[in-house]
Amino acid sequence: MRNSNDGEGSRSGSANGSGWSRRTFLGTSFGSTVAVVALRDTGNAQSPAAAASPRDKIAVSLNINGKPHDLSLDSRTTLLDALREHIGLTGSKKGCDQGQCGAYTVMVDGQRVLGCLILAAAVQGKEVTTIEGLTGANGALHPMQQAFAEHDAFQCGYCTPGQIMSAVACVKEGHANSADEVREYMSGNLCRCAAYPNIVDAVLDAKTKMEA
Amino acid sequence: MRPFHYVKANDLPGALQAFAPQNDPTNAAPSVNAATQYLAGGTTLIDLMKLDVMRPATVTDINALDQSKAGQIEFGDNGLRLGALVRMSQAADHEAVKSNFPVIAQSLQLAASAQIRNMASLGGNVLQRTRCTYFRDTSYDNCNKRNPGSGCAAMDGMNRNLAVLGTSNDCIASYPGDFAQALIALDAMVEIAGSAGTRMMPFAQLHRAPGSTPQIETTLTQGELITAFQIPNLPWGKRSLYLKIRDRASYEFALASAAIALDLDNGTVRDVRIALGGVSAQPWRAAEAEALLKGKPIDDTMLLAAADKAFEGARPKKHNAFKVQLGKATLMRALRDAATMTI
Repeated sequence: MRNSNDGEGSRSGSANGSGWSRRTFLGTSFGSTVAVVALRDTGNAQSPAAAASPRDKIAVSLNINGKPHDLSLDSRTTLLDALREHIGLTGSKKGCDQGQCGAYTVMVDGQRVLGCLILAAAVQGKEVTTIEGLTGANGALHPMQQAFAEHDAFQCGYCTPGQIMSAVACVKEGHANSADEVREYMSGNLCRCAAYPNIVDAVLDAKTKMEA
Repeated sequence: MRPFHYVKANDLPGALQAFAPQNDPTNAAPSVNAATQYLAGGTTLIDLMKLDVMRPATVTDINALDQSKAGQIEFGDNGLRLGALVRMSQAADHEAVKSNFPVIAQSLQLAASAQIRNMASLGGNVLQRTRCTYFRDTSYDNCNKRNPGSGCAAMDGMNRNLAVLGTSNDCIASYPGDFAQALIALDAMVEIAGSAGTRMMPFAQLHRAPGSTPQIETTLTQGELITAFQIPNLPWGKRSLYLKIRDRASYEFALASAAIALDLDNGTVRDVRIALGGVSAQPWRAAEAEALLKGKPIDDTMLLAAADKAFEGARPKKHNAFKVQLGKATLMRALRDAATMTI
């Protein structure tokens, strides 16, 4: 939970004079954590069903944005917590953590889902895509990311990664054919700053570019 | 959330084998206390585990069953078969479902959010738990659903969203789902697998009235797993709809809803099925209102009579009395819309 309410939103990259930002510091910390887990995992590999105590960690292999991650996790770990706390991908946000706000929307096998209500163990063998996986290999923004920036479709930005993941899926599902349809199919993503009119504009604009 | 054993079932036998017998074989223990829980979409189970309402020792992940028949939609002369691992969005977007059983597609489409509809299975959807605040908040000891015999904090508490039909002196929790009303209106059967084999049962017999045992919500026995829903091809399938009235335009539970399936003969009701949601303790069939309408035209007099009949036994509480009038208006509008829809 250390990073659950930091309000950083999408305003990352504000490096200070020393070359260290809070985000890069956190990223480094997470890297260390992953290394420790990986070491422990090699000495204590278990199949989930073989765990003797429910408190024993289980080996979980995840495919995130095309990269494999072998983790040793408490069975209670949600996909969201695996991403944020164990892999260091902090783009997906923890909002309500109850499936109501949509800030943790990610894609599993191309379908948008809620990372807070899915166990990490349950998405093994599936392809998970997060906001970090949306950007092109050359660092170019996805058309939806570009549209959110151009249409000022956020204020604090906390809900933005979830909004963008949901919006990309909304277009791919064919449910972005009118402002009304966008509003209905984006209703699972809440924005407390109420940037909704601009979000609808961004989705409709990006749809044109995604289909071009 | 309490620690649990995570078990992944690769197929139906594997799922049934993973089930661990309960200490109490009589089924009288609260269903939330079951030691083994099946995990499909998880949108109810994980939520309630985080709230410490459900505390399974073992969670059996059955999502791999969606690669079997339990994950398929079949439509033919025998009607529609919806596998229990089909996701809500798959059924809602399915062409045969939309054109032949609009009430099913609409009930799913109007529920939850796009993300939840991608996750939640149809089998899990019908088994979702009440959103009664006192059931979900474990700081209240007095919930007969969680702690049998402890009383009901909702009776004199905030009960605006709770039920007016089918309630008892022990529980007024409302059934929150939408899809179940469509299944009731279409005379669906439910296919259930267990250690003794597979059985079929009218879906209307799946949910139990709360009575004096609100902790027992369904007629499923321990370890049984819903594998499919079978919907017959009946004359009223195409002239069917779901009307949902709620506080928000989207992503909200029903205050009142009506699933209608109507067989019209030149403006006269040959047969009709009415199921009500949001207002009742379990998916609710308004059989007496149906009987009243048979052989009659859909006009204002008959609509009022049917609506009055449907809510004749309503037992409103302090904050939910409005649901009687709202429920009646919802039913009348749904019947009128069904009678005039183009098929």
